[in-house]
Amino acid sequence: MIRTENLYKSFGDQTVLHGITAEFKAGKMNLVIGRSGSGKTVLLKLLVGLLEPTEGRIFYDDTDFGSLSKKELRKLRMQIGMLFQGSALFDSMTVEENIRFPMDMFTNMTEKEKLYRVNDCLTRVSLTGVNKNYPSELSGGMQKRVGIARAIVLNPKYLFCDEPNSGLDPKTALTIDELIQDITEENKITTIVNTHDMSSVMETGDHIFLLYQGRITWEGNRNDVLHSTNETLQDFIFASPFLRKLRDTAILNGKSI
Amino acid sequence: MHDIGVGSVVIVVIIAVFIGAVTAVQFAYQIEGNLIPMWYIGYIVRDTTIIELAPTITCLVLAGKVGSNMAAEIGGMRQKEHIDAMEIMGVNTASYLILPKLIAALLVIPMLVAISAFLSVMGGYLAVVPTEYLSSSEYIQGVRAFFVSYNVFMMVVKSLVFAFLLTSVSCFQGYFVKQGSIELGKASTNAVVFSDILILLADYVIATLLT
Repeated sequence: MIRTENLYKSFGDQTVLHGITAEFKAGKMNLVIGRSGSGKTVLLKLLVGLLEPTEGRIFYDDTDFGSLSKKELRKLRMQIGMLFQGSALFDSMTVEENIRFPMDMFTNMTEKEKLYRVNDCLTRVSLTGVNKNYPSELSGGMQKRVGIARAIVLNPKYLFCDEPNSGLDPKTALTIDELIQDITEENKITTIVNTHDMSSVMETGDHIFLLYQGRITWEGNRNDVLHSTNETLQDFIFASPFLRKLRDTAILNGKSI
Repeated sequence: MHDIGVGSVVIVVIIAVFIGAVTAVQFAYQIEGNLIPMWYIGYIVRDTTIIELAPTITCLVLAGKVGSNMAAEIGGMRQKEHIDAMEIMGVNTASYLILPKLIAALLVIPMLVAISAFLSVMGGYLAVVPTEYLSSSEYIQGVRAFFVSYNVFMMVVKSLVFAFLLTSVSCFQGYFVKQGSIELGKASTNAVVFSDILILLADYVIATLLT
């Protein structure tokens, strides 16, 4: 479980996050949604330690993230996996080298063990036979799957995904969503996903936070989305007239998702 | 090491030969008809290249070739979030990305400078002996005259300091680059410009301190 207490983040005079207090549940898909510029990526970067909060605290299972020594932080980071929006695969390394990078850096595993783990992760993300390919030789969806494989190679306790579906077609996006959801449930990982993809919200959102102008203005799950009277949420989720019509039809027929 | 060393040999060779050749020809022009014996050409080419031209010009050129490459490589990694990905994994990215480059530069650049100094002397020979400014034996007499090993020490000190400066400045520019292709271009340019300025400043300081 990851918890934030009264988190603020400012860049110069501009305050991007205002008093974020949230609990991200273990074993669940925690989605952070919001418009562009609402502070989603800043929040994610604070949670993984790429940025330091101006004020407030972050707890990983009751351990204060900000009070950790370098050694403790490094140990905690080995329990974190992250999938970046652009996958962030290392261009000069093959798929195999990318996935085994964390193992090369932080474990004493033998070559055989590392190769076994790489192939295991590639099988898990339904991508085999690409060990010797370079990232530039893969499609966007394949790169995302390699990114997920790298993120889970050390069996992390916490998984962060920054807009995992960006740039993908709807079918591939759904595959990625399902993959992340399956991995979360199988391994009881605390997964936090930044997204503004409504399909992801409706398909995978166990616990959803709506960020608006740096504040959490709504919290709930995908079933609550349809019935919420929160105007900001409704404006955001059902921005498209087509989706609004779908919602109204579903409510009219008394259906839940 | 391969990129910094082997990849730079060709340009170092070309520059070194021409530095030596130009120095020899221009000095020959200046002493012609004067009381200074012609064999001094070899002596002047040797000491000028060892003390000054080989370390300075070689490193100025390497700042452009190697420095801009380092800035662009690391800057590209920053912009594509590769550095963030490594940080999240727990890697000390400054150590992982920059230290190997620094060590490689400190090992390889003095070797390149030594090659440059040697080839400059050869370049001087090729410029003035076939063109009959002076004979081969006169040129070699000059090269062998008044040799002071301390000059080689100065050359090594300069090359180590310049190697450190051009690597650290270039890596710094790349590591702290902001987003956008314009910023990456600026970082690459700044790497070269700032490296060159610092090399010339350091050249003056070292010359003052060691002579």
